[in-house]
Amino acid sequence: MPSQIVSLDVNGERREFIAAPGATLLACLRESLGLTAAKRGCAQGACGTCTVLVDGRPEAACLVAVETVAGSAIRTLEGVATGGDLDEVQSAFIDCFATQCGFCTPGMIMVAEALLDRDPDPSEADVIEAISGNVCRCTGYRPIVIAILEAARRRRERAVTR
Amino acid sequence: MAKLRGRGYASVNYPTGMNLGGDPSQALIHATTTGTFVVSLSSVDLGQGIKTIAAQCAAETLGLPIENVLVDTADTDTGPHCMGTFASRGTHRVGNAVIMAAAEARGVMLEVAAEELEVDAADLETDGTGYIAVKGARDKRVHITDLALAAHFKHGRTISGRGIYLKEPSTPVPETGEMDPDSCQAHACTVAVVEVDDETGVVEVLELFNTYEVGRALNPAMATQQVEGGAWMGVSHALFETTEPYYPARDHGPRDFAGYLMPGPADLPVQHSLLLERPADNGPYGAKGIGEMTANAPIPAIANAIFDACGVRLTAMPFTPERVLRGLDALRTEEPC
Ligand code: FES
Ligand code: FES
Repeated sequence: MPSQIVSLDVNGERREFIAAPGATLLACLRESLGLTAAKRGCAQGACGTCTVLVDGRPEAACLVAVETVAGSAIRTLEGVATGGDLDEVQSAFIDCFATQCGFCTPGMIMVAEALLDRDPDPSEADVIEAISGNVCRCTGYRPIVIAILEAARRRRERAVTR
Repeated sequence: MAKLRGRGYASVNYPTGMNLGGDPSQALIHATTTGTFVVSLSSVDLGQGIKTIAAQCAAETLGLPIENVLVDTADTDTGPHCMGTFASRGTHRVGNAVIMAAAEARGVMLEVAAEELEVDAADLETDGTGYIAVKGARDKRVHITDLALAAHFKHGRTISGRGIYLKEPSTPVPETGEMDPDSCQAHACTVAVVEVDDETGVVEVLELFNTYEVGRALNPAMATQQVEGGAWMGVSHALFETTEPYYPARDHGPRDFAGYLMPGPADLPVQHSLLLERPADNGPYGAKGIGEMTANAPIPAIANAIFDACGVRLTAMPFTPERVLRGLDALRTEEPC
């Protein structure tokens, strides 16, 4: 099978690149498009640090063959901030000290974005469920759960004042 | 069959730094032409927060806002030497080196400000917002941005400083083994509350009470982060993690995250953490190191809590259901009912 041209909508921008057969979405984002926020932790779907949103759904980009999502809308951590302004999830991660080494952070934030997109007022159990596929070695998870709940609160507050 | 509750505690004294060869680290600091103080280090921040601590130490010593400090740890080939981030030494060694470098830079900064304002350097003070002012005449002042420009283009001065922390090397006395191995020691105690299911052997850690004497917590939120993240790792070692479950046979060893068990976000104990501060005289602003020790005390505390709950004394980690059940079986054979 020859390499093929794949087109994706990445963070609102149409991107085209050449992908070898079976190339993963993660490899294409990192190597062809230079978007290195999504990390390669395990390359087998077990750590979650490669998580990006595919048409709004969180997916382990290391497991997705890129040709199977051709034409989809992909959202990565690079697309979360508006210009230099961090969004609620990013700023809550900072304010709640939810990151240490930061290796899990890109995946945690994308999972949180997907959760808050579909449920603006999640319970603590919902948050735990949402991040349960993401491994963190540093924080003990608790600050991450608190940060996501705080981000939800800030986003609801902003929605009211807008 | 029942769920049995137990409580146990364990304490740890942990050395800050080591002392073979004196365990030195260096820091260099210089002001850019716009008054940003660049702290050059070869120390690595892998999430423990040394860049934040170095910036805090520099800002405090310089008397400038933390926004005026930029910590550069980019290159161990070209940076001033650091022995490394190990032995819970970063805050202590690097913090002290940064303070020494920043103190020298502050001296130059005040000298240049004295020239600029045509006053005596001894009459100057910093206000923490970026101004260097004459004591008692606050309107006679210069901002660090203007001063750094003037230093470079007008006075021909570099506002810079050098720092190193070296503990006097100590080698063991051959007869006694006596030596001075560390710079100070941090102390901690953890109380664990567990529940043991005597039917399944599953141990659940319900609560951890962590008390840490850390000299001074330069950044209390980050110190708590270390304590609670470390305690999580302690729980993980105590109950889950092993690469060799049937050592020396490696047959059932995990190969990846799917098989290497760690507690997830739904398995967390409630943690209560308390920092006690008794400044160490040789620590940077009194701080001791607390990096590595944080995973230690929870493990024996959990072992003791298991013993308290069900009488099983486990000495090999992790405290898996299998080990708990074997222990319970052994107790039953000892005292048949
Ligand atoms: S790298 Fe994709 S889940 Fe670990
Ligand atoms: S912050 Fe290090 S893995 Fe989560």
